[in-house]
This record gives sequence, structure tokens and C-alpha cells, in this order.
Amino acid sequence: MTFSQDRFAAAARELGLSPFPVPSANMSRAYVNPLGLQLAPCTYCGFCEKHGCGNYSKSSPQTTIIPVLMQRPNFALRTNSEVLSIDKAPDGSRASGVTYIDANGDSFFQPAEVVVLCAYPLENTRLLLLSQIGEPYDPQSGEGVVGKNYCYQVMSSATVFYDEEFTNGFVGAGALGMVIDDYNGDNFDHSGLGFIGGGYIACHTTNARPIESHPVPDNVPSWGSRWKKAVRENFLKTTSVGVHGSSMAHRSNYLDLDPTYTDAHGRPLLRMTYDFTLNDRRLTQHLTPVAEQIANGMGGREVKVNIRRGSYDSVPYQTTHNTGGTIMGADPKSSVVNRYCQSWDLPNLFVAGAGLFPQNAGYNPTGTVGALAYWSVDAIINQYLRQPGPLVQP
Amino acid sequence: MRPLSPTLISMAALALIGSATLTPGSSQAQELSYSQVERGRYLTVAGDCQACHTDLENDGVPFAGGRGLGTPFGTIFSSNLTPDDETGIGRWTRDDFYRALNEGVDRDGNHLYPAMPYPYFTLMTRDDTDAIFSYLRTLDPVTTEVPENELPFPLSVRRSVWGWKLLFFDDQEFVSDPNASDAWNRGRYLVDGPMHCGGCHTGKNALGADDSDEYLRGGVLENWYAPNIRGGESGGIADWTQDDIVEFLRDGRSRHTAPMQRMGEVVAISTQHLHQEDLEAVATYLKSLDDEPREGQSEPDAARVEVGEAIYFDNCAACHASDRSGVPYLFASLGTSNKVLAEDPSTAIRIILGGARAQPTEAVPSVLAMPPFDWKLSDDQIADLMTYLRHSGDRNAGPVSASQVSEMREYLAGEH
Ligand SMILES: Cc1cc2nc3c(=O)[nH]c(=O)nc-3n(C[C@H](O)[C@H](O)[C@H](O)COP(=O)(O)OP(=O)(O)OC[C@H]3O[C@@H](n4cnc5c(N)ncnc54)[C@H](O)[C@@H]3O)c2cc1C
Ligand code: SF4
Repeated sequence: MTFSQDRFAAAARELGLSPFPVPSANMSRAYVNPLGLQLAPCTYCGFCEKHGCGNYSKSSPQTTIIPVLMQRPNFALRTNSEVLSIDKAPDGSRASGVTYIDANGDSFFQPAEVVVLCAYPLENTRLLLLSQIGEPYDPQSGEGVVGKNYCYQVMSSATVFYDEEFTNGFVGAGALGMVIDDYNGDNFDHSGLGFIGGGYIACHTTNARPIESHPVPDNVPSWGSRWKKAVRENFLKTTSVGVHGSSMAHRSNYLDLDPTYTDAHGRPLLRMTYDFTLNDRRLTQHLTPVAEQIANGMGGREVKVNIRRGSYDSVPYQTTHNTGGTIMGADPKSSVVNRYCQSWDLPNLFVAGAGLFPQNAGYNPTGTVGALAYWSVDAIINQYLRQPGPLVQP
Repeated sequence: MRPLSPTLISMAALALIGSATLTPGSSQAQELSYSQVERGRYLTVAGDCQACHTDLENDGVPFAGGRGLGTPFGTIFSSNLTPDDETGIGRWTRDDFYRALNEGVDRDGNHLYPAMPYPYFTLMTRDDTDAIFSYLRTLDPVTTEVPENELPFPLSVRRSVWGWKLLFFDDQEFVSDPNASDAWNRGRYLVDGPMHCGGCHTGKNALGADDSDEYLRGGVLENWYAPNIRGGESGGIADWTQDDIVEFLRDGRSRHTAPMQRMGEVVAISTQHLHQEDLEAVATYLKSLDDEPREGQSEPDAARVEVGEAIYFDNCAACHASDRSGVPYLFASLGTSNKVLAEDPSTAIRIILGGARAQPTEAVPSVLAMPPFDWKLSDDQIADLMTYLRHSGDRNAGPVSASQVSEMREYLAGEH
């Protein structure tokens, strides 16, 4: 932890809250995972959250599992290949494999006994729609499942500017932070608040790359010499307290195939129909002042509050925490996969990713994505392979 | 190709006087017991035979030969060890095979180029060569065309090897030292015999033969400097414990460094598969080898050391730590490295320029890579960096000049 996190923790405690270190997949020291793979201590290079780690310090597949798989004779990795569709057996009872193209544009059919769809929630949804697997969601009737319950989230923050103290934000990691969870989920009393859910509030030292990140106080123009001067004065002396809100599904937020735009192969792109809901707005209105209060206690010269207003807009970047579209559930009428992440339609098709989440909880998704993948793979190995077929009877 | 030395030419002349004898192949007894074959398999692993006798660069069939081995004199292609009658050792007998390993003569009586390490294998017992032969007989025969060696005349004449052997080859048997432990004797047998560590780690004379004064004190092969691996006092790995050596050979990792490139291949194909007792024996033996204390080195220019330190801090410290101690089992400790601080700094210069990969093993499958810095650091900068590292290391090591770096840079450019 650095200066910023120490200040955050002290200010949060002052308010009776319970700060703790953010769970992180960055290594604070050398580590060997259960598969024998080595991870090195993070160097706080500052390029973490949008770049691969050149230092073996971030847990991602190429550091934590792919080298082990590469040694197995029954493993093959087809790089630079794009799956175009999941193909069905003639009787429509199961997936027969996938069709993909390689970098030369040559297309191949890869037969399969089991297909695991793990191309990220948005592409998972699109591939199911393109392959005509499952009933597409219809927002008018509320019928259908594929593309349903797409959720995103509202973020807001309070930036603290110091006069003397250096925060040196460029010496950052992906998840170098302190957090409070007192305002997440059901951790607080919602009486009279008019919304459900919540979010975590955290102070991270991350992503302060000079061209990308240049926070300036209020009342500074957004260009010109006064702006440049403010960037110079503040670049090394700011930190921020962020609110990472949950997002509840709404009938009108969903994913489907675009009627107009197509990709290089002439296939429809995915269309996202989305706006913040009343729940989202009330949530951020309630949580942002808490972040501001903590920020005020961190001993800076001034605090700038960044509220999320207006309709959803894909700029500025908030997070890549998209959820829903291929949700899991107890009933084929209202979900795409069963509790083992197995397609209700094709029993040898399994789905991974945050698209399984029916709602977007106020947390980053990947820990849960990984847990569900293990859960699903365990069911494939210990149940499905012994007796291929639906693991849950509808 | 380097120019031929005058001695080499006289050696070749000498060779022309010799003549080869031809022995007809005798019929062979096929008594393959499992334990014999298994022992032979193990010894081929210890001998790393597969590495040279497989065209690894072109995904060749194991043991089918055809890999080009760069020697200072030209490229020699390895032979097919599968039991194919025409292109392999299908018609060979146990005696033929023993003679090849023991005397460096093939079935037709031709002298083998010493790129085939028979000067080491000659120490192997007849039992051991028979076991290897038994194992090789169990392989599927593969018909291959091994390319012609690319050697200049007169070296292209195999009889030239006769002269070389007259000068440098002793057909000897391994003699145990009754005063030393079994482990030490076993270690020495493995190191000097099947594992032929000296092939890379012992300095060579102008004709490519081991210089006995340089025994395991470091040698150059294909522009890699294989470091000093003497583990006793003043040795290149004096600061390694026996366990460090075992871990390095078994897991491909140690507190100090990891095997890369050529040694990586040896660990991958050979040492990671050896028995723990054998690795311990090797370590016992290496730890017994003391060395001469290093001579004092000239003081480098203080300004260069200062510049080198700044370059180190900006480019290297993130992984190798500000105090150059590295990260145990991940990133090499540079302050104690037998490559950085070697008399011959070629390997360290080469790795800075071209990068390197730590060998993944069954125990540690991680693929760790050191990135190349040739695009980023000039010859002067690398020379200053090396000079700083060598000046601040745990043993005397002299400065490095920019021309040493530029020579390596040119070599690497020519390679690709
Ligand atoms: C900048 C950034 C920061 C983030 N920070 C965090 C964080 O701090 N904490 C957190 O929990 N999460 C974070 N996330 C989210 C996290 O990265 C994702 O939740 C997670 O990677 C999703 O895993 P996945 O396996 O579902 O999909 P992905 O990791 O996206 O993998 C999908 C794979 O499928 C491949 N693919 C896609 N389409 C096809 C096709 N048609 N054919 C073949 N292959 C295809 C893709 O190339 C990709 O390799 C962040 C994301 C971003 C972008
Ligand atoms: S900050 Fe992230 S990318 Fe940089 S070294 Fe640490 S883990 Fe790797």
C-alpha cells in the first residue's frame, strides 16, 4: 500500500467504516501456483489494467495455466482463429462442433464431443444468436432468453488533490488499493432509499499513464496553457476514491443482432440496447456522497466529485464488467443455461463468463467467472462425461 | 566460418598418412531384457544423445539424426541412430557400437568427427554401451537422408580425424578413485563419461580438443560461453550448494539462475529425467573441484561504472532488483552470476542483446523470458552496463569494451 491507501484507510476508519486491502491477482512477492507455475513480484509498472504483464506478476491464463497445457499431448491452441458458428447435429439434439476461420481466411470444421463457449459475454451471446441456439429475447413480450438481462454499471468518483504530498500515481499496479464494502449488496440498511444493491468504494493507485491520465481540479479549462500548467502541478499529487456500483437487470436492457451493421464476413454485429435505470441513478446518488466524505477526510487541498449524469454513453470508459445475455437459471423458459452452465438446448454445449450472471453485483466479475468455470468443469468431468446428457431435468 | 588455423592444416596433412581399416559386420545376438533396455534408455537420456541426433529445428523424428552442429571448423550433421538398415545402425553389432563410442570409429572403419563426444564416451563401460545399443535397437527404424557435412578440405576427408585422434584422443577406461566416496565416483563417471559436460564447459585448444588445464572452467560453443561449473573454492559456482545444483538440473530452476538456450535443452531432454541419486552424485563431484583464485583485474573508469549503474537502474532493476540479487528461482542474481562475471562475458552480452528463455520443465512449466535489448541499448551502453555489473560483482571481473559488444551484435545479425 502507498500513501493514498493509507490516507483512504484512515479517513474511512474515521467514519466508522471497515477498510481492507483490495483482493488482487497482482503478486506482492514471488509465488508458485499449484500447477508449479511461477509468478514474479510485481514491479508496479503502471501499465497493469489495460496491458499484458511483461513481468509474470499478474494472474492471467498465460502465466497460470497455458504453459502447463502446452506440455500436454492432447492440447492444441489455434491462435489467430475466429469461431464463426457453433454447429448442430442434423437432428438438432447436440452441438457437432464449431466452424472457424484462420488468419488466411480458410475455414475449418472442428468436430467436438463437448463445446465450451467462452468468448466473453458479448460474443457468447452473439455466437448463440448467429448459430440459432436458444430463443432470442424479445423485450416486447418478455419471452425468449438469449440476450436477456444484459447489465452494466454506474461508476462515480471523488478526486483528491494535494499541495505538498506526492501520490506518484504512475507507480501503480492493477489492483493496488484499499476498499470498503460497507455499502455493497445488503451490507447496509436500504430502508427508504428506493433502490436495491450497492457497491464498493475504493482507492486504487492504478492507470496513471501520462497521456491517458491527467486529472485537474474544478475550474481549470480543458485545454490551453492553464490546463497544461494544472496537469504539471497535479499529476504527481492526486488520487481518487471510486464507487463501483451494482446494476440490476431491466426488461428494456438487452442484446440482440444488429439489423443494419455487419462484420467483415457479412454477419450481423451485436446490438446493445441499454440505459441506466432508476435503481442505478438512486444508487449512485446515495453512494457518491460517501466517497466524497471519505475523500474529504484524506487531507488534500481540494476534492473534485465526478458524478455520473445523463444517459449511458460508451465513452468515457468505465469498466469491462458486462454481464448477462447467457444467464444461468432454474428454468429453460427464463435462462439460457442450467446451474452447471450447460445449455438447456444442446447438452454438450457449456458456457463460461460473466454472461451467466443474472444481475451485476457490485464487484468486479472475474473471480466469480473463474469460480463458475471450475464449478462447470467439475460437473463436465465428474457427471457429464460419465453419462452424457442434460445434468438438470427441466 | 572462421579462417582455418595453420595447425589445423598440418593436422589434416598428418591425417592423410593414416589409413582406415574395415571390419565386416558380425551377426548379432538379440537378447533384449527389459532391464537392459531400460538401463540403456536411461543412459541415452544421461548422454543427451537425442539432442544432437534429432533434427530439432525441423521437428525431426527423435534419434533419426540430421541436426547440424556448428563447430569452429564447419557444420557437422548428426547420424541416424534408429535401426534402419540403410541409413541407420540397423546392420551394426554391439561390437561396432562399442567401438564407435570407445574408439570413435564407425562400422565401416571411418573415423568419427569428435563433434560426436567419444573422447568422453570412451570412459563408458562395455556394459553401458551395450545397454544403450539394446535400447536403440527397440526404436522404430526411420530412413533418412542425413545431409553431407559442410567442412572444408582437408577436414572433409574423414581420415584427417585420425591425426587429430593421434594427438588428442586417449582410448581409456574409467578408473574409480578408491579413496573417494561412491557418490563422488559415480558423479565423476557421469560428468566425464555419458553426460560429457566438458564438451561445452571445458576450454578447447585451437584444434577443438579439451585443454586439460581448462577442465570445467568454461568454454565457448557456437558463440555461447558455457560457464565455469567448478563448485569448490574459487570455482564458478562456489556459492552454489549441492542442493542448488540438483535443483538446477532437476527442475530447471535454482536460487541463482535458470538454464537457458543450450543448457536449457540439456535440462529439458536429459537432466530433468535423471535419478535424484545421480544428480546428487554429479553435484557432489562438481562441489569437490576447487579452482585457482581469480587474478586481480584492472580498475575500470569510474565514470563508466557510474553510467552503467544508471543504465542498470533504468533497464534491469525492475526484475533483477536494485541490489542485483534478482528474485530467487525467477530472475538471475547478477551480482554472483558465473556468466556475468565470467572471464569471457560473451554469454551475458549475448543475452542482453538477443534475450533468452528459461527452460520450462515438467517440475516448473513456466516460460520465463529475458527480453532483447539490442534495439534499445547501444554497444557503449551495454559495455558500460556490463562493466558496472562486473565491477560490483562478488569476484574479480574486468571491464567490457564496446567492440566486444559490437562483435556479438554483428554475429547475431549474421545469424538471422
Ligand atoms: C481494462 C480492463 C480491466 C479489467 N479489470 C478487471 C479487474 O480489475 N477485475 C476483474 O474482475 N475484471 C476486470 N476486467 C474484466 C475481465 O478482464 C473479464 O471479466 C474477464 O477477462 C472475462 O473472462 P472471459 O474468459 O469471460 O473472457 P475473455 O478473457 O475476454 O476471453 C475471451 C476469449 O475469447 C476469444 N474470442 C472472442 N471471440 C472469439 C471467436 N469468435 N472465436 C474465437 N475466439 C474468440 C478472445 O480473443 C479471448 O481470448 C477488466 C477488463 C478490462 C478490459
Ligand atoms: S503493475 Fe501489473 S503489469 Fe505491471 S508488473 Fe505489476 S502486475 Fe505486471
